[in-house]
Amino acid sequence: MLTCKEATHLMSEAQDRTLTRVQRLSLRLHLLICRGCRNFQRQMLFLRRACHLFRDRED
Amino acid sequence: MNMTEEAQGAAHQQVLVEFRPQMLKFARLQLQDEASAEDVVQDTMAAALAGMQGFLGRAAFKTWVFTILRHKIVDLLRHRGRLVEVASLERGEEDMDEAFETLFKANAHWHATTRPRNWGDPEEALNQRQFWQIFEACLEVLPAKTARVFMMREFLGFETEEICRNLEISTSNCHVVLHRARSGLRQCLEKGWFLAGEVSPC
Repeated sequence: MLTCKEATHLMSEAQDRTLTRVQRLSLRLHLLICRGCRNFQRQMLFLRRACHLFRDRED
Repeated sequence: MNMTEEAQGAAHQQVLVEFRPQMLKFARLQLQDEASAEDVVQDTMAAALAGMQGFLGRAAFKTWVFTILRHKIVDLLRHRGRLVEVASLERGEEDMDEAFETLFKANAHWHATTRPRNWGDPEEALNQRQFWQIFEACLEVLPAKTARVFMMREFLGFETEEICRNLEISTSNCHVVLHRARSGLRQCLEKGWFLAGEVSPC
């Protein structure tokens, strides 16, 4: 069973490489039962979006 | 607005010229030595013009240039053994890792009080100028090396392998650095923006 700390590493790495099948499954399982990590996951996606918007800002 | 690459390049040169006095002032303050300050700013401008940031908007370009400058100054100070000055210039990596560790219980699950919170509708933040000021400030307190790897990934769009090769670090180290940057930014934004109105539980 994945710990939250391990889950945060997988959620970050998922933005940089394709996770293995086993990693994807265990992360999905963990997210089903962990609200904190679901929030973390959403925040990672938000961070990427914010970075891309910031990259294109002119002011 | 869609600028041609040439126009964007000219705009960036303009930014560098305008930004130069500020960079010099900062470098002088940190290095306490006019000649090195001039050198380090010159190097930074050359590195910034080296061509791989053609598509960056003005704000991101300035942040990127400042990160290069900070990285060069930190290297120079470390080389001179002036570690106190380094510490005042950026958060240490160990410091960030420690802050991250405190979020977890001994069993590596979140503490109830530090568990990532629901940020509500974060899209709203993206329309607010103050949010971007916090965002920039959060980027600027990242350790220079960490910030550089992160920006190469998120602003310049490099693949992790390219970053590793470029900076001569291992892939696993690269993942560690990116995770550190993302969790640091996440914590900084949560504290500085999303929960800013709330009283801290501790």
